[in-house]
Amino acid sequence: MLNYMLRRLAFLPVVFAGLSLMIFSLQMTLTPLQRISAYVSNFSELKGGREQIDSLIKKYGLDDPFLTQYWNWVKGVFSGNLGWSETARGPVSEILLSLFPATAELVVLAFIPSFVLAVWLGTRSGANHNKIVDHIIRFFTILGWSFPTFVFGLIMLLIFYGFLDWLPPGRLSQWASTEVSSPDFVRYTGSNLIDAAMNWRWPIFFDSLRHLIAPVITLTYVNLANMTRVMRTSMLETLRQDYIRTARAKGLERRVIENKHARRNALLPVVTMAGMELAYMMGGVVITETIFDYHGLGQFAATAAANLDFPAVLGFALYFAVVLVVINLVVDLLYPLIDPRVILK
Amino acid sequence: MKIFKYLFRNPLSLFGILLLLFFVVVAILAPVLAPPEAYQLSPYDTPRASFWATPEPLSKEHFFGTTQGQYDIYYGLVWGTRTAFKVGLGVVSVSSIIGISVGSVAAFYGGIIDEVLMRLVDVFMAVPFLIAAMVLTTLLGKGLGPMIIALSAFGWMSYARVIRSEILRVKEMDYIHAARTYGTSNFLLIFRHILPNAFYPVLVLATMATGSMVLAASALSFLGVGTEQGYADWGQFISYSRNWIVGQGDDPFKYWYTLFFPGAAIFFFVFSWNLVGDALRDILDPHIVQK
Repeated sequence: MLNYMLRRLAFLPVVFAGLSLMIFSLQMTLTPLQRISAYVSNFSELKGGREQIDSLIKKYGLDDPFLTQYWNWVKGVFSGNLGWSETARGPVSEILLSLFPATAELVVLAFIPSFVLAVWLGTRSGANHNKIVDHIIRFFTILGWSFPTFVFGLIMLLIFYGFLDWLPPGRLSQWASTEVSSPDFVRYTGSNLIDAAMNWRWPIFFDSLRHLIAPVITLTYVNLANMTRVMRTSMLETLRQDYIRTARAKGLERRVIENKHARRNALLPVVTMAGMELAYMMGGVVITETIFDYHGLGQFAATAAANLDFPAVLGFALYFAVVLVVINLVVDLLYPLIDPRVILK
Repeated sequence: MKIFKYLFRNPLSLFGILLLLFFVVVAILAPVLAPPEAYQLSPYDTPRASFWATPEPLSKEHFFGTTQGQYDIYYGLVWGTRTAFKVGLGVVSVSSIIGISVGSVAAFYGGIIDEVLMRLVDVFMAVPFLIAAMVLTTLLGKGLGPMIIALSAFGWMSYARVIRSEILRVKEMDYIHAARTYGTSNFLLIFRHILPNAFYPVLVLATMATGSMVLAASALSFLGVGTEQGYADWGQFISYSRNWIVGQGDDPFKYWYTLFFPGAAIFFFVFSWNLVGDALRDILDPHIVQK
């Protein structure tokens, strides 16, 4: 087991190297002149005109050969310095750390209901193959799969903000964010929900919750579809197995067969799929966060990408690789718990 | 025959095919349905009714109204159908060609080549897709071409994986061994015997991907790195609606048409591809026995 884990984690450096080289080469297509702006914090540094700019380019080594520059960046990463993000006006590592709880909060709240619902709906659908329940569930999953996130999100915004005025966009109301940033509010985790509860500030807790509902519903709906489909297919496959027929023949109740014998064995592909979905969600729910103006990793990464803020994009890519590898590892470790026949080598 | 029987029993799939045909017809007849004005440099530049910013409701001249910047929604949607087909089919063909080449080489040669190529696939899988596509599109400049290149560059991996595992499966089948003993050349073996039999899962994957790639492309436009201002592109039109979505104080649904029509267009387009993909999978998958 430990051996297996180590082997999987050993893959991480390979991904890191490949990924960073790839994005770094993209960055190098920009001229040093285009890249210097990331190093200039105020315009007075540029007063000297062309000569001063040239000296700055020399100072930061932007004219050096590709490998030298890459090596400098790698050295920076090892000392915990991911560079300076121009779009967010701060060090990349700090920004990633401060936004991570926001995205995590959103993703966890959306992931749990969508996983539970997907398993339930998929089981029902598969157990009632080609019956009316199956057709309805299939219709809604394929509907959800085709529904663009941004259209669904905008409709949510239209109904719950424009029409009913219940659920405002953003992460907190004005008054709440003032209170949260005040010194007597202790930041334990960075997650508004948890921190508000720990500080015993329930109005802030509910304000934070109110801002989360619309994006959480959007995300849940979008992610539900895929997992339900996989669960349904896997359920159909499982129900055709011999041991299910045996269970039927010995007169077990239909519900017991479906919920105990079939569902658990049908769960493996869904867990794989769910792991992937979770990883991609943790990698920033770009569109949902953008629509609801929710300051999380996705929104940050999208702004950085559109503005070619490469230090931020590089840092974000490294973060995403870690998330992906860790979640895949956790999923692999879950397999033997779900299905004892699986042995990790 | 089997196909018609299937379609007859699955009205939803039939609906999907008809819907897709409808979009094909709209794309072909675009110059008739929405004739471009003489002054337009390209038919894909949506004409503007005026230079006001505020959208105008439905009228005789503008069937679906106009959106932000007074772009004609009907015109944009009709020509946007062509854009959607270009992007969807473009991305899927480029990325499947890359994926199939990488996957077949890996499967056929095996050993160290296989190992290296599959690790490359793993690295690409770890790329945050939308963010990377945004970066590449921005670097290459706005427009359809850069979008197609960017989406293909980070979207070919699943084809490589599927074709590789299919080839590995087919390669060991008896008829391949038989063909080999007959002295069939490597080239013929790959292109006549292995690839056609390993191809169906890729076809299903490609059909399903067409819809999601159109979604991804419109997401790029929505996030502001896709096509030029006013380009007949559904994602672009949805992003215009963003500023008008909450209407005005007294009437939240005042500008409903700015979101409704482009949203419906893109939804039905993706829906039709997904239905067709679903049907294809059911028809081609021998595991799902039709009762």
